[in-house]
Amino acid sequence: MLAKRIIPCLDIKDGMTVKGTNFVNLREAGDPVELGRAYSEQGADELVYLDITASHEGRKTFTELVKKVAATLSIPFTVGGGIHELGDVARLLEAGADKVSVNSAAIRRPELIDEIALHFGSQVCVCAIDAKKTPEGSWICYLNGGRIPTGRTLFEWAHEAAGRGAGEILFTSMDHDGVHTGYANEALVELSESLPIPVIASGGAGKMEHFKEAFTLGKADAALAAGVFHFGEIGIADLKKYLHEEGVNVRL
Amino acid sequence: MKVSIIKYNAGNIRSVDYALRRLGIEAEITADEKALRQSDRIIFPGVGEASSTMEYMRREGLDRLIPTFRQPVLGICLGMQLLCRSSEEGGAKGMNIFDTVDIRRFCPQEKAEKVPHMGWNTIQNLKGPLYKGIEEGSFVYFVHSYYAPLSPYAAATADYILPFSASLQKGNFFATQFHPEKSGKVGERILKNFIELSETGL
Repeated sequence: MLAKRIIPCLDIKDGMTVKGTNFVNLREAGDPVELGRAYSEQGADELVYLDITASHEGRKTFTELVKKVAATLSIPFTVGGGIHELGDVARLLEAGADKVSVNSAAIRRPELIDEIALHFGSQVCVCAIDAKKTPEGSWICYLNGGRIPTGRTLFEWAHEAAGRGAGEILFTSMDHDGVHTGYANEALVELSESLPIPVIASGGAGKMEHFKEAFTLGKADAALAAGVFHFGEIGIADLKKYLHEEGVNVRL
Repeated sequence: MKVSIIKYNAGNIRSVDYALRRLGIEAEITADEKALRQSDRIIFPGVGEASSTMEYMRREGLDRLIPTFRQPVLGICLGMQLLCRSSEEGGAKGMNIFDTVDIRRFCPQEKAEKVPHMGWNTIQNLKGPLYKGIEEGSFVYFVHSYYAPLSPYAAATADYILPFSASLQKGNFFATQFHPEKSGKVGERILKNFIELSETGL
């Protein structure tokens, strides 16, 4: 049976993890390689490294980091942030990343997804979508980390991305992100049940029950979180044990 | 012990190389016939599209070379599929090591059945030296849209949409549909078992 995946996400700036952690026994708490290794040992199924640096120098540092992560970890990892063209994808895959996540650049120029799928295969292309629900009830996609609204809606863009060859959809609800009150399960279930590709839930995890609900109510294939893991509020080993006891199929 | 990784346009060569390094093995990445013939172990990785990759293999003469190897060979993912008789992907003709196996595309029956099959799945019916010390029902990492049907060559099976061969073996040819290089400690053990085959016997 295919397991539901738990994916910690690390925000990287100038080669270091941005959010603090409560991990002990790390040589350096902000070291993304060590943090990734710790998560992997606790049972994380995949990792996401998001480059939030804007500068050219930061990009180089991030590529070097990807090489170190690839050499160290024996589980798959996705990298995202600042991917605008095929050359960015080639550079990161060459450095050892398993998948790349595209967001704003793909909304601006959807052909980017076709190009990645054609050159490297759908399995490397994660389409990340940040969306927010309007008072009227429709989900609007946002650009640049949630700063710029677009005319695109979540469902039609997700379907277009899947049709163009995206291998997974990573949906972040901006309304739920950082609030710790659970994932956007109603939107998730609609996505999961209508898309032919896996859906990763993101934004809203605060307690272990929220992960269970993303799988049972939201029908997500994977759940991503950052803060609750980094601050040690939820241990990955404990979370997976809990999900197993609740009848969710996870890798123990 | 000389370990070689067949060099071609496969996506996961670097990952396989890193996984071997974690086991303390410095592999040579090469497409040179002499270097490959002199290797004790050969790994044939693969991520990509079957028919265009097979075309590349033919241009480079690798499609004729690989079946002549007598040392242990490990095909991974697309590497495994190309060792079969044929693939539905682009109508590719394979190298026919697993001479009764035709690779097919997954046909999802329900909404919950997504293609590609991506993520951690259990493996069962483990047979042969590759799975020494691996428990039935262990999780390994898969990413694929095409599968090998069940066959007498199956060394492990998995169940997603339908039961299929997660691994094949015939004599010195070993193959996994999943990625041992991305399958955590279980995958490391499988790679180690492959490297240490001489001691466990074929």
